[in-house]
Amino acid sequence: MELDFTRDEMMTIAASRALGNEDICFVGIGAPSAACNVARLTHAPDITLIYESGTIGTAPDVLPLSIGDGELCDTAVTTVSVPEMFRYWLQGGRITIGFLGAAQLDKFGNINTTVIGDYDAPKTRLPGGGGAPEIASSCGEIFITMKQSLRGMVDKIDFFTSFGHGEGGNAREELGMTTKGPTLLITDLAIWHPDPVTKEFTVIALHPGVTRDMVQETCGWKVKFADNLETTPEPTELELATLRDLNARTKAAHSGAGA
Amino acid sequence: MAKFQSLKDAVAENLFDGDVAAFEGFTHLIPHAAAHEAIRQGRKDLTLVRMTPDVIYDQMIGMGMVKKAIFSYAGNPGVGLLRRLRDAVENQWPHPMEIEEHSHAAMANAYEAGASGLPCAVFRGYKGADLKKVNPNIREVTCPFTGEVLAAVPSVRPDVTFIHAQKANKRGDVLVEGIIGIQKEAVLAAKRSVVTVEEVVDNFDDVHPNACILPNWAVTAICEVPGGSHPSYAHGYYIRDNAAYLEWDKIASDRDGFKAWMKDNVLDATPEDFASRVSALRESK
Repeated sequence: MELDFTRDEMMTIAASRALGNEDICFVGIGAPSAACNVARLTHAPDITLIYESGTIGTAPDVLPLSIGDGELCDTAVTTVSVPEMFRYWLQGGRITIGFLGAAQLDKFGNINTTVIGDYDAPKTRLPGGGGAPEIASSCGEIFITMKQSLRGMVDKIDFFTSFGHGEGGNAREELGMTTKGPTLLITDLAIWHPDPVTKEFTVIALHPGVTRDMVQETCGWKVKFADNLETTPEPTELELATLRDLNARTKAAHSGAGA
Repeated sequence: MAKFQSLKDAVAENLFDGDVAAFEGFTHLIPHAAAHEAIRQGRKDLTLVRMTPDVIYDQMIGMGMVKKAIFSYAGNPGVGLLRRLRDAVENQWPHPMEIEEHSHAAMANAYEAGASGLPCAVFRGYKGADLKKVNPNIREVTCPFTGEVLAAVPSVRPDVTFIHAQKANKRGDVLVEGIIGIQKEAVLAAKRSVVTVEEVVDNFDDVHPNACILPNWAVTAICEVPGGSHPSYAHGYYIRDNAAYLEWDKIASDRDGFKAWMKDNVLDATPEDFASRVSALRESK
């Protein structure tokens, strides 16, 4: 089947559709940032995007390379200090959605961005959690987006950087958390929702042209599929044009000094 | 009272071997010139604190100055991993380095507690997170009013904090604008502070009444170093040199290439070199 969009584009656009005008969204860098800004530039112009550098209600013209690019501040409703960001706005419970990426993810939405291998003698030392541990516990709910791979989607993560649903079931409630945790996973191949009881991520829709085998071959756990599996609607012309324009502006801005 | 002096003198008088030092900047206003001066002066056995250690911490670690790093996100922002830090953690090169790792929320609270004169910070965090298994400085306290179990971490109290800021006035007050990050708390938490600024102006009469200003009696030393945060940026002066961050990934990937770059661009350079590094970045603003 010939597609006139890439799997990455489908992932970003599918993720953008999950966001609405009313959302107050704490945005992770990379794929989440692209999805949040496509949402803002298409169906959710009034969405509030917050980056952990303290920029609240930002509307960048190009995707930031870091969470603290100057344009985020230039276009924000207000910019607050980092302690204020984490204390009043995140811990204060004012953020409805945290949108995260992951280096390693398990089927219960637990995320590792700290180390591959043993913590004290790591095979690969990753950057670490940054804001993620408290984003995962303090936002109303968590969306996750990542490209599927056997290295990334694993049966057992090496380190719990941020807690999703633990071992499943009521794990969050048992730790005293009152927020929902991961409620959505968007990969380059599929849309996943947690099972209402076990909390295991279950494929509810395949992107156009994707088969069950393709999803399983790039996932390290035995994948569960919903009984009535749907197909993600293809990107519209507007969605694709918006994403491609955004990526082109971003590439031009980041490729040279003085951008 | 803040003392106006050269960066060389300010570093010599305020940073000593074995110090706990913070060179702060949350993606913005990162004090590159100050860190390079510390590298030239060859300080050793430092405990470096920073929420987001990036290129300058990679450089100081690679130059063998760092005994311990306390941090919450050690990456080259938007680019990837820090290769010198990885080499130290994974291969103990150039020597073993201790790490104390936190989350951003914990570090932000710990700086604020330090600025507030408190021994520890209390917040709702680390729930279900493995960091509390590997970092003995992450503990719990029970709220005496509600019984809620909260996270506690020691406050951050650096011997010295270095930050970069936009302006000082002639009295020595310092103005920080844009993404203010943790700059104010990092200065107020420290025993001594050195602030490099883009320029010194007559007064702040035209500044908004709620602006982020550090009064001169809260700052130890001020050094005028135009371009002093390059390749980071100074809001209103020059933009971030994204290409330099991408380039750093290649430079730091190899020990010999790293050492050669450090000799040419840091050891054999001066604080005055920073001004020309941002000239092209000013034009396009």
